[in-house]
Amino acid sequence: MKIIACIKQVPDSEAKIKAENGQINTGDSPLVINPFDEYAVEGALQQKEATNGTVTALCIGSESAKEALKHALAMGADNAILVSDPSLNNMDTVGAARVLAAAIQKIGDVDMVVFGRQTLDNGSGLTSAQTARALGWSLLGLAGQIKVQERSVTVERVIEEGRQTVKANLPAVISVVQSIGEPRYPSFMGIRKASKAEIPVWSLSDLGIAAPEAIIKRSELMNPPARDTSVEIISGESPAEIADKLADKLIAEKVL
Amino acid sequence: MKIFVYVDHFKGEAQATSWEALGLAKSFGATTALVFGSSVDDVAKAALEYGADEVLVADDSALLDFRAEAYASTLSALVSSSTPDLILFPTTTRTRELAAMSAVDLNTNVITDATAVEVNGDASSPLSAIVVTRPIYEGKLFEKVTASAKPQLITLRGRAFPKPEKVAGKTGTITKVEAKTDALTTVEGYSVADVGVSLNDAGIIVSGGRGVSNNPSLQPPADLDDKQAEIWRAHQGFKLVGELASTLGGAVGASRAAVDGGYIPYSNQVGQTGKVVAPDVYIACGISGAIQHLAGIRSAKLVVAINKDPDAPIFKVARYGVVGDLFQIVPALTEAFKKKLGK
Ligand SMILES: Cc1cc2nc3c(=O)[nH]c(=O)nc-3n(C[C@H](O)[C@H](O)[C@H](O)COP(=O)(O)OP(=O)(O)OC[C@H]3O[C@@H](n4cnc5c(N)ncnc54)[C@H](O)[C@@H]3O)c2cc1C
Ligand SMILES: Nc1ncnc2c1ncn2[C@@H]1O[C@H](COP(=O)(O)O)[C@@H](O)[C@H]1O
Repeated sequence: MKIIACIKQVPDSEAKIKAENGQINTGDSPLVINPFDEYAVEGALQQKEATNGTVTALCIGSESAKEALKHALAMGADNAILVSDPSLNNMDTVGAARVLAAAIQKIGDVDMVVFGRQTLDNGSGLTSAQTARALGWSLLGLAGQIKVQERSVTVERVIEEGRQTVKANLPAVISVVQSIGEPRYPSFMGIRKASKAEIPVWSLSDLGIAAPEAIIKRSELMNPPARDTSVEIISGESPAEIADKLADKLIAEKVL
Repeated sequence: MKIFVYVDHFKGEAQATSWEALGLAKSFGATTALVFGSSVDDVAKAALEYGADEVLVADDSALLDFRAEAYASTLSALVSSSTPDLILFPTTTRTRELAAMSAVDLNTNVITDATAVEVNGDASSPLSAIVVTRPIYEGKLFEKVTASAKPQLITLRGRAFPKPEKVAGKTGTITKVEAKTDALTTVEGYSVADVGVSLNDAGIIVSGGRGVSNNPSLQPPADLDDKQAEIWRAHQGFKLVGELASTLGGAVGASRAAVDGGYIPYSNQVGQTGKVVAPDVYIACGISGAIQHLAGIRSAKLVVAINKDPDAPIFKVARYGVVGDLFQIVPALTEAFKKKLGK
């Protein structure tokens, strides 16, 4: 089975991020593979093992995003492709989906495309469904478990109300959640292979498409309102006394 | 301005944020609610009672289960024939997929997780610019965005907008519209968890972390191995957490350590890779307050921390804190509330 894992590079989740003069300042925090997309790579690798297939990691980003692709290679992906084009700097999710769809078609004969649930930076969780729609493929969203049989795939979808078992024919687009299993650590061999890998870079002209126009545009950037950070520690002689005081405080706050 | 509100429901049970979306839409003008599904008359009637001026219903047995492709095609066809300027959705697992796909059909895009929506100019004019505020970078920043295509599709974050009063018995026109049934997936079954109060809608959340398994004085049954004994202990801890939650009419949440430990299902997880919640009160029991957990509770109005370790980072975001053993404090708190709230 030919599997693609779509990954993005984002600032580390520990990063201190501030809005300054209308720009995003991520300090000196490293850029990493989007944590949700580590699950996508893990899910793709599980299916590679189950079906004796291959995994290609696919990313739209700048030259630096090769590091995120190398992480996927070190985890066990067979190939990596970077789509990079200066005209994609302000793309929105529909734009990303159209570019990913074009790249997936150029790769050809793909059976399954695995996405993360959402990106850390934009966090919209739209791109997987939009890529599925652009390709005309089925979407199996928020999978906690994937099972392929012949030309069909069944997932257990994790939704607010519990779990839903959903089936579709291949090719299919799947987004995964944490229940898929902990992303494996890069192996020593994997890291060596990744460090030597030559990652092809495709431009929009390689894909034969024009730059998609962004429909959603940012007009302003803001820091969140400052929070009152003083904590009042409730103490007392016994748990009952502490509980009594705390309950009174919360009742007085009129939040219950 | 022509406004639609999509009412999301699971087996006829509407997501409360749908009504919040109706309330917001009504502040801009006349509002049409959309209800898709099979035998959804009750949802349509509720939409009228929460303020919709009329309801369009796509009722078809093929829409019984949510399937993104069919729902999206139904919405796209409806939009093509009745050209709304704005469609509001509650943010749920279903609406993200539905709105995402329809946006591709309609050459527009979706603004997700709105925490504020302003109309610059005259709301009755279809050309008024709609400016949406939404969190990015896990709530570390907010951005204001606009969309340059119609219709504008916006999903609202739960509990960010007031819920309108229900006017029992209010009626209005309910019109049937065509359902599209081009789904590529089949739903084979459900295992629906008895989640009680949903985390998305909860005004009060009591959450447990790794600390709920840490009560050495509990004696697990002798035939359990170490891991089973840990889970057994954690279940005793979560029982206390659950009792406090139900006394307050709240929902139960958890840290990722508790989920990874097998103490409680993933659907209860709060945080970066779990749910982002916005309760009035968030009571964290035995949770250290890692940055990825805090990413889920930035919109909580008031945080209470119960933790043995006075240096736990959770105290940095808490309004009230107790430094102590949750196995003593949590049941005492349940008792105190039962007495004071007359339960
Ligand atoms: C990419 C990524 C995504 C993540 N996403 C999430 C997420 O969505 N949600 C999330 O929660 N985490 C997430 N994490 C994990 C996060 O970093 C922490 O590991 C996790 O939140 C820790 O859970 P905890 O606070 O329950 O456990 P711990 O950090 O082990 O804390 C347990 C706390 O319990 C206290 N305690 C112990 N016994 C008692 C007792 N008897 N009474 C009172 N207090 C007691 C201890 O003092 C301690 O502070 C993520 C991590 C990564 C890398
Ligand atoms: N630039 C990108 N390159 C490759 N995949 C992406 C990119 N942006 C988003 N994705 C994928 O789409 C998912 C959802 O992203 P989003 O809709 O931005 O929340 C991510 O988890 C990735 O799997």
